[in-house]
Amino acid sequence: MSTLVNGVINKSTVPSVKYTAKEFSSDQDVRWCPGCGDYSILAQVQRVMPDLNIPKEKIVFISGIGCSSRFPYYMNTYGFHSIHGRATAIASGLKIARPDLSVWVATGDGDGLSIGGNHMIHILRRNVDVNILMFNNQIYGLTKGQYSPTSEMGKITKSSPFGSVDMPFNPAALALGSGGTFVARSLDRDPKHMQTIIKRAAEHKGTSFVEIYQNCNVFNDGAFFQFTEKETKSDTVVFLEHGKPLVFGKDGDKGIKLDGFSPVVVSLKDGSHSVNDLLVHNETDSTLAFILANMTYNHDLPRPVGIFLAIDRPRYEVEMEKQIDSAISKRGKGALEKLLNSGDTWVIQ
Amino acid sequence: MEKETRVLDEVTIRFAGDSGDGMQLTGGQFTNTSAAMGNDLSTFPDYPAEIRAPIGTTYGVSGFQIHFGTTEINTPGDHCDILVAMNAASLKVNLRSLIDGGIIIVNTDGFGDKNLKLAGYTQSPLADDSLSKFQVFQVDITKLTNLALADLNLNQKVVDKTKNFFALGMMYWMFNRTLDNTIQWITEKFEKKPELIEANTRVMKAGWNYGETTDIFAVKYDVKPAPLKPGKYRNINGNQATALGFVAAAEKSNLPLFLGSYPITPASDILHELSYFKNFGVKTFQCEDEIAGITSAIGAAFGGSLAITTTSGPGVALKTEAIGLAVMTELPLVIVNVQRGGPSTGLPTKTEQADLLQAVYGRNGEAPVPVIASSSPSDCFYGAFEASRIALKYMTPVILLTDGYIANGSEPWLIPEAKDLKEIPVKFRTDPVNYLPYMRDDVTLSREWAIPGTPGLEHRIGGLEKQDKTGNINYEPENHDKMIKLRAEKIERIANDIPLAEVEGDKSGDVLVVGWGGTYGTIKTAVEKKRKEGKSVTHLHLHYINPLPKNVGEILSQYKTILVPEINLGQLIKILREKFLVPAIGLNKVQGLPFRSIEIEQKIDEILGGKK
Repeated sequence: MSTLVNGVINKSTVPSVKYTAKEFSSDQDVRWCPGCGDYSILAQVQRVMPDLNIPKEKIVFISGIGCSSRFPYYMNTYGFHSIHGRATAIASGLKIARPDLSVWVATGDGDGLSIGGNHMIHILRRNVDVNILMFNNQIYGLTKGQYSPTSEMGKITKSSPFGSVDMPFNPAALALGSGGTFVARSLDRDPKHMQTIIKRAAEHKGTSFVEIYQNCNVFNDGAFFQFTEKETKSDTVVFLEHGKPLVFGKDGDKGIKLDGFSPVVVSLKDGSHSVNDLLVHNETDSTLAFILANMTYNHDLPRPVGIFLAIDRPRYEVEMEKQIDSAISKRGKGALEKLLNSGDTWVIQ
Repeated sequence: MEKETRVLDEVTIRFAGDSGDGMQLTGGQFTNTSAAMGNDLSTFPDYPAEIRAPIGTTYGVSGFQIHFGTTEINTPGDHCDILVAMNAASLKVNLRSLIDGGIIIVNTDGFGDKNLKLAGYTQSPLADDSLSKFQVFQVDITKLTNLALADLNLNQKVVDKTKNFFALGMMYWMFNRTLDNTIQWITEKFEKKPELIEANTRVMKAGWNYGETTDIFAVKYDVKPAPLKPGKYRNINGNQATALGFVAAAEKSNLPLFLGSYPITPASDILHELSYFKNFGVKTFQCEDEIAGITSAIGAAFGGSLAITTTSGPGVALKTEAIGLAVMTELPLVIVNVQRGGPSTGLPTKTEQADLLQAVYGRNGEAPVPVIASSSPSDCFYGAFEASRIALKYMTPVILLTDGYIANGSEPWLIPEAKDLKEIPVKFRTDPVNYLPYMRDDVTLSREWAIPGTPGLEHRIGGLEKQDKTGNINYEPENHDKMIKLRAEKIERIANDIPLAEVEGDKSGDVLVVGWGGTYGTIKTAVEKKRKEGKSVTHLHLHYINPLPKNVGEILSQYKTILVPEINLGQLIKILREKFLVPAIGLNKVQGLPFRSIEIEQKIDEILGGKK
């Protein structure tokens, strides 16, 4: 990196003092609708930040357009609220140029998967070390209630008065299919779980894709209530934990086992199956990750929540720095005079 | 027999053949040798759009034109004096560029029945009188090449690939050129394949000897060195020069260089060049699309890089929204548009100047952007350097316009000394006391650059309207009006920081020919010719289109008629009329080709009427 950039940035990788969550709150008024799930995500991110032990000035939040994309304004870090769909591309450029930074993207199902879908799949395959928080509310909020690429088929919205005929994306499967190395799902109404996942995402080296089910109480209220509310949650959600069998239901009375490649629900109560028969989660198994991600829209199965996959793979920005280092060691540090005078030259006396 | 030698001031040769015939290489070698012998020159390659067009077809023809001379050479030549045609298709495609009385050298082996049919000839042009107004020399290059290599037992494919060296050898003989440069090149190029060194060298010498010993050619020519400014030269094309200009700007600003780009004709070579300069720490990011090209660069600019994105017209269309973001966030960025024929996909491999209004005005909202246009291949170096300087000093995106003609065309470049290039001073904000992201410098109106990683300067920027000074989101009517005007004035003030425009010719007179971009050499040639005839004609070439140099209005007022030749339907002329209310006349041609200087001369004559 040039001496000019090096001359101003903090080279330390740890803060001099331990931060509090409050120190990550900016002076701007938060303008999301009262009751929006985004408040919870903001709070959890601010709570996790001090634990990451990264100097505040090294952290950058980048967003596109949409309700979720207001996020950077509320974080007392560096921030960039950009244009629709491009946050992941801006983040890629920043991280490649400045691998020393902790780069985050706040995006939504419209911003990240519709207009920004192309950049999303490409950042995932390149494995640029950026943490992506994808707030999925299954609706366009900022434009006031059209169906989104994660809205269920048949959904009635302002732009689909007779029901949407669009097949929704399964974001986790999309991220896995794009070569994502860290793919997870969490819930706005489960702060503890979200904090754990955000922390793991931050620690992961490579692109982290975290889908967060987020309630839009104005345009799509209750879209995830069956997964987030106490009365139904235990029967509709299975939490994925590395090395643990897939148990769910009230009192842990149900589990998931594999029938061939297909997950099926079994009872742990009727004596037919024990915990030993259940599928044990392994977050480093990419085949298993696909099987689990594909449980998503299967109404006979609980919704998987947690870390689908967390594996290591070379990171784009690291590989690029390696090429630069290798070129410098082989050819010597570039000298402008020599470069200008390269090729066939001749002298006129 | 001693052959007659005629001395010429300037000559234009066009080498033409099938894509696989090595015409670019042949032309390149002739260029390098002529440059080393001290001629001034200008070249232009003419590639087919198809990657591997079927052999022998007209759309598979590849050409290379070189114009060299004892005098100053500013264009690759309106027409060629000599056409080397390796097959029937290349003759058919290129015949219209040849002057009446010009020389055609054909490889007769390329005029067999199959070749004639593929080229669309019903009978051989060598057998009828269709070429009677030219001097035609028929040489069976293929056969002579085979004979020259008969004892080497080479594979026939290898033999076929050397026949361009026979043509090159003949032209070296015809123009009294040394073979040494090319022999040295062959020796280095095929270092590990001695049989190819032998084959290529032998065939080239055979071509030279053929000219010397047979009776076919009675005359050879001499083109003496040109009085070029002393110094060290290299041959450079516009895309190479653009790439070098950015590396130089990064060095002189002490910033890392970041290129976000998506391959597009004719701009891709800038990406290729820069991706090789890893030892300068250059980071080239080949993106998933044009939008990621610019937005990744914007991300890098936020992080403190000299950030650039390179593309052509359709790519600029896709980047438009992001250019607006860079305007709003006031981050430094250079967007290079190597213009090509449009609209839509248009003519990707052909040149045009039709993106000027797109560059100056083509965004949503009031989004002023400085626009610079390079005028020749080597001028692209200075264009890239200057665009970087302005972007960094004024914290703004800058558009650099080049075009397919100067991007691929090449000319000798008097290499500047690295130490003579001006430093580009950049200062990042570091003081956290009283920092406001949109506080401005009193003179330049530029905001400060505070990069992530700097303690105490954490701040947020974005595409929503900013409150003056604080940069917070703001919807107040008065604030928006103020910010719109501040951003516009910031760009207008750049006029205080660029050189005044200079005319080539007289301070006042009958006709002022105003050009911009790649038409420089052609207009200069035309104007000089008319001036030699004693006509009152002057040339003004604009390198800065937005803002214009402060004296342009004053200059325009000094001439009776203003002529604006452009390879579009009249774009600069709209700007000049709008800003200065001048009754300028356009000369507009949009054929995907550069102007010929004769076309400009004729227009000047027409304007001057009978006036001598």
